[in-house]
Amino acid sequence: MIRPVLLLVLLSGLSTVFVSGAAHAQSSSAAEQVATINKLIEQNWADYEIRPSGVVDDAKWCRRVYLDIIGRIPTLEELAEFTSTRDRNKRQQLVQTLLYDDRYTEEYARHWATVWSNILIGRSGGTDRRSLTSRDGMQKYLRDSFAMNKPYNEMVYELVAAEGATKPGTENFNGAVNFLVDKVNDENAVLATSSVSRIFLGQQVQCTQCHNHPFNQWKQQKFWEFNAFFRQTRALRRFVDGTRDIDHAELVNEDTAGEGGDPEDAMIFYELRNGLTKVAYPVFVDGQEIGRSGFVSDSNRREELARLITGSEFMDKMYANRMWAHFLGYGFTKPVDDLGPHNPASHPELLEYLGQQIRQHSYDPKTLIEWITLSKPYQLSAQITTANEIDDPTLGEMPKFSHFYLRQMQAEQLYQSLVAATGAGAAGSYEKQEQERRKWLSQFVVAFGTDEGDEATTFNGSIPQALMMFNGDLIKQATATDKGSFLGEIVDDDTRLRAKLDAVFMAGVARRPTRMEQTMATKLLAARGGDEAAMLQDIWWALLNSNEFIMQH
Amino acid sequence: MFNRNPLPWATPTGMSRRHFVKHLAGASAMAGTAAMMGQSIRVQAEEMRKNQKSAILLWMGGGPSTIDIWDLKPGAATSGPFRPISTSGDMQICEHMPETAKQMHNLSIVRSMSTREADHNRGRYYMHTGFVPNPNIEHPGYGSVIAHELFEQRQDLAIPPFVSIGGASTGPGFLGMAWAPFSVTSNGRIRNLQMNLEERRLLQRMAALDVIESGFINRTRGSAASEHQKVLKKTLDLMTSEQMEAFKVDKEPEEIKEMYGTNNFGQGCLLARRLVEAQVPFIEVDLGGWDNHAGIFPTLADTKLPQLDKAMAALTADLEQRGLLENTAIIWMGEFGRTPRINAGAGRDHWARSWSCVVGGAGLKGGLAVGETSSDGLAVETEPYSSEDLMATVCRGLGISLETTYTSKNGRPMKIAAGGKVIRELIA
Repeated sequence: MIRPVLLLVLLSGLSTVFVSGAAHAQSSSAAEQVATINKLIEQNWADYEIRPSGVVDDAKWCRRVYLDIIGRIPTLEELAEFTSTRDRNKRQQLVQTLLYDDRYTEEYARHWATVWSNILIGRSGGTDRRSLTSRDGMQKYLRDSFAMNKPYNEMVYELVAAEGATKPGTENFNGAVNFLVDKVNDENAVLATSSVSRIFLGQQVQCTQCHNHPFNQWKQQKFWEFNAFFRQTRALRRFVDGTRDIDHAELVNEDTAGEGGDPEDAMIFYELRNGLTKVAYPVFVDGQEIGRSGFVSDSNRREELARLITGSEFMDKMYANRMWAHFLGYGFTKPVDDLGPHNPASHPELLEYLGQQIRQHSYDPKTLIEWITLSKPYQLSAQITTANEIDDPTLGEMPKFSHFYLRQMQAEQLYQSLVAATGAGAAGSYEKQEQERRKWLSQFVVAFGTDEGDEATTFNGSIPQALMMFNGDLIKQATATDKGSFLGEIVDDDTRLRAKLDAVFMAGVARRPTRMEQTMATKLLAARGGDEAAMLQDIWWALLNSNEFIMQH
Repeated sequence: MFNRNPLPWATPTGMSRRHFVKHLAGASAMAGTAAMMGQSIRVQAEEMRKNQKSAILLWMGGGPSTIDIWDLKPGAATSGPFRPISTSGDMQICEHMPETAKQMHNLSIVRSMSTREADHNRGRYYMHTGFVPNPNIEHPGYGSVIAHELFEQRQDLAIPPFVSIGGASTGPGFLGMAWAPFSVTSNGRIRNLQMNLEERRLLQRMAALDVIESGFINRTRGSAASEHQKVLKKTLDLMTSEQMEAFKVDKEPEEIKEMYGTNNFGQGCLLARRLVEAQVPFIEVDLGGWDNHAGIFPTLADTKLPQLDKAMAALTADLEQRGLLENTAIIWMGEFGRTPRINAGAGRDHWARSWSCVVGGAGLKGGLAVGETSSDGLAVETEPYSSEDLMATVCRGLGISLETTYTSKNGRPMKIAAGGKVIRELIA
């Protein structure tokens, strides 16, 4: 509901918009980590003789932090609440509200479940009829994990070692199995090997399956030693009673005799390019060996692997790098999940530090989020200046984080933003809404036709995306003007037209209209024959279609 | 982009007449204009179309087993169960490609492809760009490059100049999103094409949008923001163009649809032909499912090869019959080939060292098998060719100068086809 008083609050709040936000973290429990991040980032600026952009104003920062932490833009009310607060520590307070206030738990959990589903099983995981993955099961596990703020190391352990059924509501349900269930049966689990090492350790090993890599420290032997950890694992199909229709799958560990036929000494074989056959047993990347027995009761290989991964500092760094990239647009390495020695980091000391700190703080995801969102680089404006224009990672330069890097929202963020801002797509039960959301998202996923399930998204600034934003049903709903709709409420509000225009701009791009935009609105109003609702509809449509709306900035 | 000053609030005075007609005239008005076109103009247009070059890439996602399709090794330990058959060209191919065999006088096999990337993502990138992946630069795919080069000759094209059917292809890299592949499904149906809004109001909305966009670009000064504006322009062009008829593959006669095969790839190839007729410079049609690490031979014999055979043969024959083949390059390839050695699961794994691609059309010589591999297929025994060489050859066929050079955003010069050398045997 938008009440007249609210629009007034909103407008009065704007006068306090341009307060400095950078110093806010000083008094907090996160102060030490934030100060160290700032020091290391600033050192890098000094080395390159660049100066950072100014601090972004409160309204834009508010939009930024809502998008990154709970996956949508703030509503008008939320924006007004934040901008009208005068507290020096209000940025920190907002971060804590988004992280810890019960009002946001569900959205926080849903957002991070979406982010991690896309990392673990891709956007198309579980959408193919033949797939054993239950997308519902994966998301339920992740939602529950993030809702209870499960420490990251526990989540990794569970994802690697999980046993149980894929589908919610079945006996033995364990949603975590959906990460590996489609990755273990084919080709001796090479997909599990490459995914686990890449996602959790930042080790890109896929090429070493067949040969020693020319510029990667991984050798073929290491690939198969890592692979050996998955050789007790099977994904079993469970059928609908009395039919051959697959109902769900179950991920289980079974005793293995390896390829040599001796369960006490379960070796596997692989072949060198020159045709020689070699032997491998489970050995972790740092050379730690586990027992060679294939009996699960002697040695549960995936549990051993989970233990070794969660003890590895590569996991810490990989987590820090991924989270930094989530908020700042670029990680310390590119690609973010390649920490190999051939791929030096932009800020090695900071990456090391964040990894150590997150381990010391029990892998609490919310603590890490607080450090990053309160750090100086996250407060900066996206406006490039002459003093930092060389800091442009799109030119192949290492990122220096001297201004905020523009990036497009993800399709999921756009969807949730429209739901929150306008109520579009929000009708019906949770299941129905989720179904609608998934159907909408699926239009942007394109598969590459490989066994590794590689995929791309066309939600990347392409024409299909623009067509959807121009003409799609979701946008039609979001720009409706009937009674009770977002625009309808604004139109019916008892304020001057100028205030209504401000509201529409604040809701969309977290700022008031410029003079040129006001002039444009006046002309549009005339073209619409004085129909305010129609004019606001045109403006709102244009705002939703603008680069300023679709960009995280 | 959209004329901003004065804004088109009431009358179209602010925009050029051509622009206005293009966007404001409804489909019915355009149809009227077309009907009035004199015979001579139509003939002229027909002539022009014939001289305009295009390329179709048949992309075999997953890495096709070329040792079982184009370069069989009967009698070798590495040979699969398939037998070679004679063709209309000077080579033999797989027995499960009987229709394509009749078209081989139009197509040539390069049997001495030798590349280094045997991972899907790296191989896809390399075969599509001529460069190995580099975290510091995004190279444009061949589709974007060829679209960019040939678009000059057809400024009136409202369809995006690079259409990718049934797959994602590879992005435009530093050329920018305006040259990105336009991804469509093989039925040619395009989502969200209709706005159902009065045209004048649409244009006024666009003008409002332009004010907002330009303000943001001026304030942030980043290239990410300005690319968006170009894409909006192309989107508007496409929404209001009667050229979009080309996507209506349903309108083809049943026997033509049958000829290509009534599956996604077959209909995708048919759509590609329609897009060539509409003067689209580059079309990619994807056929995935070649990543046959296990049980490869039944998959090839029962599913993949029959689909490929029918569609590839129909496309080649149809283009030739319509007089389009001499101006249209056909390229068949995937990320890499597959291991000559058959693995324990009766499959073949990734193999880039010695494999085959196929090219034809656009004046390139057909009917040849260029290069040779050893009797077991494990090594290339003649001059090896690369992705760049293949691309250079195609560029030559399309009349694109190999001296064309791009400058990446960071000022690095990049020669078209990455400086590849033309495969001499294929040049007439």
